[in-house]
Amino acid sequence: MPKDGGIGASTKRREDMRFLTGKGRYTDDINIRGQVHAHFLRSDVAHGRINGIDLSAAEAMPGVLRILTAADFAAVGGIPCGWQVTDRHGQVMQEPKHPVLADGKVRHVGDPIAMIIAETYEQARDAAEAVLVDITELTPVLDMKAALAEGAVKVHDDLTSNLCYDWGFVEENKAAVDAAFAKAAHVTTLELVNNRLVANPMEPRVAVGDFESHSDQYTLYTTSQNPHVIRLLMGAFVLGIPEHKLRVVAPDVGGGFGSKIYHYAEEAAVTFAARLVGRPVKWTSSRSEAFISDAHGRDHVTKIELALDDENNFTALRTDTYANMGAYLSTFAPSIPTWLHGTLMAGNYKTPLIYVNVKAVFTNTVPVDAYRGAGRPEATFQLERLVDKAARELGVDPVDLRRQNFITPDMFPYQTPVAVVYDTGNYQATMDKLLEISDHAGFEARRAESATRGKLRGFGIAHYIEACGIAPSNLVGQLGARAGLYESATVRVNATGSISVYTGSHSHGQGHETSFAQVVAEMIGIDANQIDIVHGDTSNTPMGMGTYGSRSLAVGGSAIVKATNKIINKAKKIAAHLLEASEADIELKDGKFAVAGTDKSVDWAGVTLAAYVPHNYPLESLEPGLEETAFYDPSNFTYPSGAYGCEVEVDPDTGKVQVLSFAAADDFGNIVNPMIVEGQVQGGLAQGIGQALLENCAYDGNGQLLSGSFMDYAMPRADDLPMFTVDHSCITPCTHNPLGVKGCGEAGAIGSPPAVVNAVIDALQRAGHAHVTHIDMPVTPARVWAAMNG
Amino acid sequence: MTKVTMTVNGKTVSADTEGRTLLSSFLRDGLGMTGTHIGCDTSQCGACLVHVDGKAVKSCSVFAQEVAGAQVRTIEGMANADGSLSVIQQAFQDHHGLQCGFCTPGMVMSAAALLAENPKPTEHEVRHYLEGNLCRCTGYHNIVKAVLAASGQDVSGLGVAAE
Repeated sequence: MPKDGGIGASTKRREDMRFLTGKGRYTDDINIRGQVHAHFLRSDVAHGRINGIDLSAAEAMPGVLRILTAADFAAVGGIPCGWQVTDRHGQVMQEPKHPVLADGKVRHVGDPIAMIIAETYEQARDAAEAVLVDITELTPVLDMKAALAEGAVKVHDDLTSNLCYDWGFVEENKAAVDAAFAKAAHVTTLELVNNRLVANPMEPRVAVGDFESHSDQYTLYTTSQNPHVIRLLMGAFVLGIPEHKLRVVAPDVGGGFGSKIYHYAEEAAVTFAARLVGRPVKWTSSRSEAFISDAHGRDHVTKIELALDDENNFTALRTDTYANMGAYLSTFAPSIPTWLHGTLMAGNYKTPLIYVNVKAVFTNTVPVDAYRGAGRPEATFQLERLVDKAARELGVDPVDLRRQNFITPDMFPYQTPVAVVYDTGNYQATMDKLLEISDHAGFEARRAESATRGKLRGFGIAHYIEACGIAPSNLVGQLGARAGLYESATVRVNATGSISVYTGSHSHGQGHETSFAQVVAEMIGIDANQIDIVHGDTSNTPMGMGTYGSRSLAVGGSAIVKATNKIINKAKKIAAHLLEASEADIELKDGKFAVAGTDKSVDWAGVTLAAYVPHNYPLESLEPGLEETAFYDPSNFTYPSGAYGCEVEVDPDTGKVQVLSFAAADDFGNIVNPMIVEGQVQGGLAQGIGQALLENCAYDGNGQLLSGSFMDYAMPRADDLPMFTVDHSCITPCTHNPLGVKGCGEAGAIGSPPAVVNAVIDALQRAGHAHVTHIDMPVTPARVWAAMNG
Repeated sequence: MTKVTMTVNGKTVSADTEGRTLLSSFLRDGLGMTGTHIGCDTSQCGACLVHVDGKAVKSCSVFAQEVAGAQVRTIEGMANADGSLSVIQQAFQDHHGLQCGFCTPGMVMSAAALLAENPKPTEHEVRHYLEGNLCRCTGYHNIVKAVLAASGQDVSGLGVAAE
């Protein structure tokens, strides 16, 4: 049994105390003396030319201090994109300007046109109604394939077309892939849509800008997953504020799921305006506003093909995807359908030849960027649906076809044909575990029972792999990233032995304050309650890249391990001095430094006190104090994997699908806090099942968002979901980080959509609907009914 | 502006309000009680749920002036008198029924209202009752478990692999 508070223990979360008592401090809870409020007037048309904006009536409204439009931002930069993709022809992507406020044209419903600043939020909203915007509506660009047709209306007049890039990967393999298809014994083809989603963390975005004229200091409080990234992007590229004059604080943040990674226009606008009006400026998004201003996720249209030989071995894979960028390039948008998607197309299989083509397209819709899983759910969904379809076409068990083609444990490290090298894994083991925990053997009996009630039961399976712990900086630099992807930590040991750990990884639900403390407590052997984890404020944490891509423990945790090791090394020197022993003989165990083979020891607090009260201290060779900083840059991605199984019942009269059970067998490598890991998987499963059955971002033919509120966008609710069976006992530790951890934040959302849809197809095919080989997500009752009766 | 007086967590409070001021804004902006959260604008998410005269009410769905004189209870009034967590709050911590914490105040208030009405709910009843409270982090698994545990029921077999 691991010690409570140490590695491997389901230690209860310390952050819960404030959240359960209403004492959390979220950005909207911050109110600064003298604060005024901003409201953004947003475009209500998808595409239009702004002929003029008449502010006169609005400016005369009660409480209005200032109304800003694009002209006020003429001297500042646009919202930058953080990743430049080079396409298959060697051309860099087309990168349109993204002004803080719409300049000349509006390009999606929700594009901000004017910023109204007033004494109260209500006054700002009232005044927005009096702003007169003269817009000539233009034909909206919505369908991705039509957007690329010759002569199509352009989203950006100054670009040559609506094509952002045409990416081929690996371009050199294309001919060999095509040749393998030409001689395949069987080819399975699938065309599908990966539905557009809205992340919808429960806390809407908020930004509060403040400026102190006496020191020229700006402060931005914002709902961000990565305050340092915001400081860098906004300071250096938009507003021209040097880092030492800009502090970005992300306090308690109510969920992110990717949507709070990006630098948004509103952050720059409130920071800029705070100086202009000489008062702190606060903006709080409404939920309806979030639907048309938070970056969306997914939105791929794909054709994928699998070639097999006459013994059912996978010989080649070919995929062709249109990826929606929306109207502008959000911070990491270009990397999602490319480097976070194409590199995962091998899945868990030893397919020798793979070619991926992705055309990224501008449309008059909200920008699309990473959403929980980011590229990997899109890769997993198409691959795992395709493999399932192939098995059904060939008349073999989908489990057996997967097993036959799995990369086997003796093949690691495994170089895939799509650039990445998997360090470790055991896919047969996770598959075995899944079949066990989902009671696969009992399925037929359960199906027969469902049939007695007139219900169609099906079982669907999916096996996923993901690349997490993003990422080696030199590698991503070659791939077009305009940032490094290391992480940082400062471990500050105080004189009495308590510790403050300053981390660049932000926590917005992940429980870092608990699990990171467990890591340090385990390493030093002291009580976790002596350790505080500090994050979210650029003024006291070292430059960190933030939380996304399931990277916090694998990358941020590794930085903490590195810094703690430096602390331990120095503490051993101090202990050696105090004990008059050789440093090599000092052992640290349970918070005590002992001379090996003797009963001489000094405890942790004795060493820390000596470090800060260095009366008896080797001052000639060692600095006083005990504080260390480390940066950790990973040498590879990590590769969590797992097998997911879903059992559904379909009501043949209505087409309604009910998820009866869901089992997940994951290999996350080593586990620090099993309770937190299980919670992460459960939450991911809900989002993946939501994508599969409920959620959809629907635009009408005019580019109006039909699913623009919680009244219309079907978020998973408590009564839509079953209890989950989650197992993480299959462990192949990551080989290249000190904790042997892989990351668990996104797995649930990656592996579950294909398992759900495979289960629905299984139910229908078993019931004799052999012609139903695919239903696009969300698999709504109407779609199921139409498929059955079509 | 009209002065509105009510009792919040046992204390008489008053603040000036406009006719359009929602109870949620009255609590957050008028009284500075930021434990009650606002997660949507269509009364769908339940993050703002409080008790008004003992009943669960989404505080964004009533005007402050409508509940003048009422007894209101918010998340800030849920802990025991000595500051320790109440049974429901403790169950949420014990069963990891929260992650980012944003939906948590409404979820706890909703769960408390459920258990007041139905002290031993089934899993189905818990899920049905909490249908008006959205959580994006937990997948509800541990929330349901926490509510069942707070009602004194054994939850050790829930969501565990079949033997």
